[in-house]
Amino acid sequence: MSATIIETVDITKIYGMGDISVAALNGINLKIEAGEFVAIMGPSGSGKSTLMHILGCLSQPSSGQYILDGEDVSHLDKAQLAAVRNRKIGFIFQAYNLLARTSALRNVTLPLLYNHVDAKLSVEDGDQKARAMLELVGLGERVNHQPHELSGGQQQRVAIARALINDPVMVIADEPTGNLDSRSGEEIMNLLHKLHGQGTTIVMVTHDPKIATHTQRTIVLKDGVIDTINHNGQHHPAAEVQHEAA
Amino acid sequence: MKPLEAIRIAWEAILKNKVRSLLTMLGIIIGVAAVIIMVAISAGTEATIQDQITSLGSNLVFVQGAMTRGGPGQAPTGGLVYDDAAAIQDGVSGVKAVVVEQNSSETVKAGDVTLEDVEILGTTTGFPSVRDMDISEGRYFTEQEIERKTKVAILGYDVAQELFGDASPVGEYIKVGNTQIAIIGVFKEKGLVGNTDFDSRIYMPISVVFQKFTPSMFARFMGDSVRMIYVEVEDGVNQDTVIAGIERLLVKRHDVTTDTEDFTITTQQDIISTRESTTAAFRSLLAWVAGVSLIVGGIGIMNIMLVSVTERTREIGIRQAVGATPADIRLQFLTEALMLSVVGGLIGTLVGISGAYIFGALSDMRTVIQASSILLAFGSAAAVGAFFGYYPANQAAQLDPIEALRYE
Ligand SMILES: Nc1ncnc2c1ncn2[C@@H]1O[C@H](COP(=O)(O)OP(=O)(O)OP(=O)(O)O)[C@@H](O)[C@H]1O
Ligand SMILES: [Mg+2]
Repeated sequence: MSATIIETVDITKIYGMGDISVAALNGINLKIEAGEFVAIMGPSGSGKSTLMHILGCLSQPSSGQYILDGEDVSHLDKAQLAAVRNRKIGFIFQAYNLLARTSALRNVTLPLLYNHVDAKLSVEDGDQKARAMLELVGLGERVNHQPHELSGGQQQRVAIARALINDPVMVIADEPTGNLDSRSGEEIMNLLHKLHGQGTTIVMVTHDPKIATHTQRTIVLKDGVIDTINHNGQHHPAAEVQHEAA
Repeated sequence: MKPLEAIRIAWEAILKNKVRSLLTMLGIIIGVAAVIIMVAISAGTEATIQDQITSLGSNLVFVQGAMTRGGPGQAPTGGLVYDDAAAIQDGVSGVKAVVVEQNSSETVKAGDVTLEDVEILGTTTGFPSVRDMDISEGRYFTEQEIERKTKVAILGYDVAQELFGDASPVGEYIKVGNTQIAIIGVFKEKGLVGNTDFDSRIYMPISVVFQKFTPSMFARFMGDSVRMIYVEVEDGVNQDTVIAGIERLLVKRHDVTTDTEDFTITTQQDIISTRESTTAAFRSLLAWVAGVSLIVGGIGIMNIMLVSVTERTREIGIRQAVGATPADIRLQFLTEALMLSVVGGLIGTLVGISGAYIFGALSDMRTVIQASSILLAFGSAAAVGAFFGYYPANQAAQLDPIEALRYE
């Protein structure tokens, strides 16, 4: 049907050395197609964040192969990984991770600073695109607000706008609703559904089974290996949005 | 990241911590200001020396009498005599002019104004041209007046002012000691050259000074003793040849050997090089002070940049997550360090220029602000910023993104 975005072959991640080494990941084989919305679950310490870091090119696997969007990124150096993150990946963190004392607009344009591919994009065009993204996440009125002037949910929406600014091939979200109350969390989930409906590939870590059921697939990790993969029925993304909004 | 963006980010970071940035820049400010002020002072000193060279008159050789005490039973011999001058003029080739000076100190009266201890300088006709002095009013004395011991005088500018105010002294009489002297001229203002104040002296034919104002019976017994003979060397003639000629002549005339010479010969060059070596020592001391200050400033910048990298670990992690490469991060922090030192350098330049100006105005030392010193100071400040900024910037660049994002 569509292109494979993520393909991992026997990925391991081993922290430390010798006797005290910890195998956080112990052979992960995973395939995620374009346009999928996948949840990753599992008990604390099962390796969810570790996997997300590797999938997000923030760190390298100890062994195994990772093919992202048709490109083997397993052996890239720091600078090359940074370029891949910039071009292909949008991050949403539990702790928002916005730059303090910096306006929503400047937070959203941050990835453009490091975009060496679209260097032709002028500052004006970049700002216009960032405004459009903030509009999309419902913050068109808060362009010049700084993080401390925004609620948690609003900050997370700025982070989502930032994740989308470089047209990534996928969005990686590590417990995006973890710091939010249920109402704000639901708003964020609606937004993610909306993005999914527009074709964005999303991989999301969550602890909340209820939230996980809203995705297409749930991958459950246990002790660094994939325990089970659940297909959560055939939700139509658009119907999902209506369901959530109701 | 584009360099322009790096500059904007660095500028914002500096503005977010104004007081801290200013304190960090202080070392650089002091260093740069020190370089500029000190170079201005030593350049000013050099300019003063240069002026003195010009006002001494060019191509001069100084022959000075050195009193030697004779052995037991021998009369002391006393340096130079008036006839030596004429002998030099006639017997040494390459000599353009010879001027003799003998001085004394007398009380001077004009009407009801009395001046104590005025320096009386007996000299010859070559004096104005050799010492580069101009007559502003009246005239200088002639060869004939020296021969006839005519009691005439030319006043230095300050003496004329003190005795006569703005009235013209030419044609008036003054009393020097007990002797009535006619004033025939006034010199233009000349000022201080070295330790000599040319404006507060009275100039007379040397024969008059010998006759009327020679200090003591003893000195009178010594004959027409003179303090100093100035020899002006002809243009294009080697000074050393002339010096050797004078030495040979005087050794013969005074009946001494080269080891027991009762005179010394110096050139302007000797005087200048003594002064210059003092200035050079002064300058290298200042260079050290300035250099140490710049290094201390650089360490200050490094310290603050390390603190800043630690404080902003999370920010670095965020930038890395959205695609900043190690080179991007390094550029950002290096730009910040450079900007601290360059802005410090700019402030230091302003402080230095105004400091040199104020110093020159308030002290009797001259200061000349050198463009090259500004460039040098500014360049070293930037180099210090780059050198001491590199290590912290590199630390920042090497942070692991995951660790950085986790940093509280
Ligand atoms: N930097 C590290 N050094 C050593 N061990 C680590 C490091 N990071 C993670 N680990 C270990 O790897 C294992 C997996 O950690 P990870 O953070 O991926 O778990 P998680 O599934 O995200 O847990 P949680 O649900 O609590 O966030 C854990 O045992 C953890 O202690
Ligand atoms: Mg985790």
